[in-house]
Amino acid sequence: MSHFSIRSLAAAFALAGAFSTAIAQEVTGAGATFPAPLYAKWADAYNKATGVRINYQSVGSGAGLRQIRGKTVDFGASDMPLTDEELSKDGLMQFPTVIGGVVPVINIEGIATRQMKLTGQVLGDIYLGKITKWNDPAIVALNPGLKLPDAQISPVRRADGSGTTFIFTNYLSKVNAEWKAKVGDGTAVNWPVGAGGKGNEGVAAFVQRLPNSIGYVEYAYAKQNKLPYTLLQNSAGSFVAPEDAAFKAAAAGADWSKTFYQILTNQPGKDAWPITGATFIMMQLKQDKPQQAAAALKFFDWAYANGDKMADDLDYVPLPDSVETLIRQQWGKITDAGGKQVFTR
Amino acid sequence: MDVTVSETFSRDLSTAQEPEQPPVRRSGRLGDLIFENLARGAAILTLLLLAAIILSLVIGAWPSIKAFGLGFLWTAEWDPVQEKFGGLVMIYGTLMTSLIALIIAVPVSFGIALFLTELSPRWLKRPLGTAIELLAAIPSIVYGMWGLLVFAPILAAYVQQPLQKMFGGVPFLGPLFSGAPVGIGILSAGIILAIMIIPFIAAVMRDVFEITPSMLKESAYGVGATTWEVVWRVVLPYTKAGVIGGIMLGLGRALGETMAVTFVIGNFNQLNSLSLFEAANSITSALANEFAEASPGLHEASLIYLGLILFLITLVVLSFSKYLLLRLKKNEGSKT
Repeated sequence: MSHFSIRSLAAAFALAGAFSTAIAQEVTGAGATFPAPLYAKWADAYNKATGVRINYQSVGSGAGLRQIRGKTVDFGASDMPLTDEELSKDGLMQFPTVIGGVVPVINIEGIATRQMKLTGQVLGDIYLGKITKWNDPAIVALNPGLKLPDAQISPVRRADGSGTTFIFTNYLSKVNAEWKAKVGDGTAVNWPVGAGGKGNEGVAAFVQRLPNSIGYVEYAYAKQNKLPYTLLQNSAGSFVAPEDAAFKAAAAGADWSKTFYQILTNQPGKDAWPITGATFIMMQLKQDKPQQAAAALKFFDWAYANGDKMADDLDYVPLPDSVETLIRQQWGKITDAGGKQVFTR
Repeated sequence: MDVTVSETFSRDLSTAQEPEQPPVRRSGRLGDLIFENLARGAAILTLLLLAAIILSLVIGAWPSIKAFGLGFLWTAEWDPVQEKFGGLVMIYGTLMTSLIALIIAVPVSFGIALFLTELSPRWLKRPLGTAIELLAAIPSIVYGMWGLLVFAPILAAYVQQPLQKMFGGVPFLGPLFSGAPVGIGILSAGIILAIMIIPFIAAVMRDVFEITPSMLKESAYGVGATTWEVVWRVVLPYTKAGVIGGIMLGLGRALGETMAVTFVIGNFNQLNSLSLFEAANSITSALANEFAEASPGLHEASLIYLGLILFLITLVVLSFSKYLLLRLKKNEGSKT
């Protein structure tokens, strides 16, 4: 994040020079690390466009939720959506910002990216320690053309609590009954096997270094570092590759109109990538500081309108326009102490 | 003239009778008083801070203490989804890696200190000593990255795989070296920790070896003692308090080290075997990894409980070293 802080610092200096008398408004948010690079980029561009500073601390989803519950920040961010009950208990509302995917990455000699096909069942069995060799009949049956080595599989996973882990384990819970019963889903789970790397980069380092290993990382990370990934079978039965269109297809399959509590794993649709997830912003419904809330909402309004290109550049997938319209409607629920809407377009 | 002389004389006398000069002394007393209270305040503040830290740890850990009690110490299950927590894996990992680190670091540090004080040519002493101290200045995350990217593959290829081949079918020894041949786990964490604490222990040992009066050493050499005998019979007994202090300093660092360990220990919360090559976890590593995303409630409380346990482990280690030193001193008294 140093790159972010240096930039925003530079921006702050430029700003201070330009309007030394004006007080720069500052909006503070904290939470998930997964969307942090994008929020930083949005914040930087927004700062240049409007002069408002958005200070986003990527401290982790759990810490972000704690801070928004304690009202120490203007918005919290989490990769794991809260259920409607949890939201109403804390007096919060949430809305998605962008979509991302998680992809299985492998390191097997002679097998290139997009060559291996896996199903959720097999992936779950590998992480349960039930499938231990790459030439296991279950994997051979899916990949009749591939030369699979008679070698031990080294599963790699995240050591730190992470929204990526939540999306991945949530998917495994949906497609592998034994996984659901034994492990379940969460930002950190009780892994039956595997070495833990810290962060996407830790997992990638392990996978790149260990022959015959498999891991999971965010799609953006796999793409930028050219890690070989696998195809996965989705709920419609077709084998798909992780790419923007496949994530969009997964998002389109969800019904956002009733609630934003949507977990996009294993969505219907023949093109949908099965391990997809949105990342969320949480805000207080009743605002003590309506001006701050309005400033935060203006930022996200601006980001939905102008930020899609930046999201694409960083390999995040912007939300469909219909969902963005829905979100803007929901913002009407955020009010000040007197019940007055804080955000008006 | 006479008067002035006698006056000065009497004044001299009076000052001689009252050798302390009151006005100067008074301000000195005030300064003393302020200084004394400042110093006392600093000491009390430290104690208060210590008490406050313990108190906040206990309060933070309370839900977990209430739910799991002391059973937390010997339960190996760590399941954030089911909210079942036990700290055995991390406690074992912390103690085992520190033990391995000490087993490696103490003899090596002793060798370094011995070489630097007794054997090294004069021109080599300074550069070598500085180089070892520089090792202590390397940030721990650099050790971690080096351990993961450079050291672990070497350990896997040249130590673990040959050992597994050799002892693969042997009972007892075989399981000790089992595990995925990836070079991360208890042993590599222990070795990295050893490299990290060697400069501390070696520097302290060298310093205390150097304060051994050369008369003692020369006398021993004079009666025909070898270098080894001088070090073992004269230098070491003379400096044992300092040596133990240095070892404890190293142990303290090994117990609390976080970043380097989290890179190479594998962060695996299962205790499947006692293999040295099995990925494991340590208290500090678990805290660093899970705290940010831990949901408020039992998960967070259990992590704080782990922190409290680490605090107690360090306390026990420190008290043990103090006790050891006391006993050594007592024995010294009885001998002479």
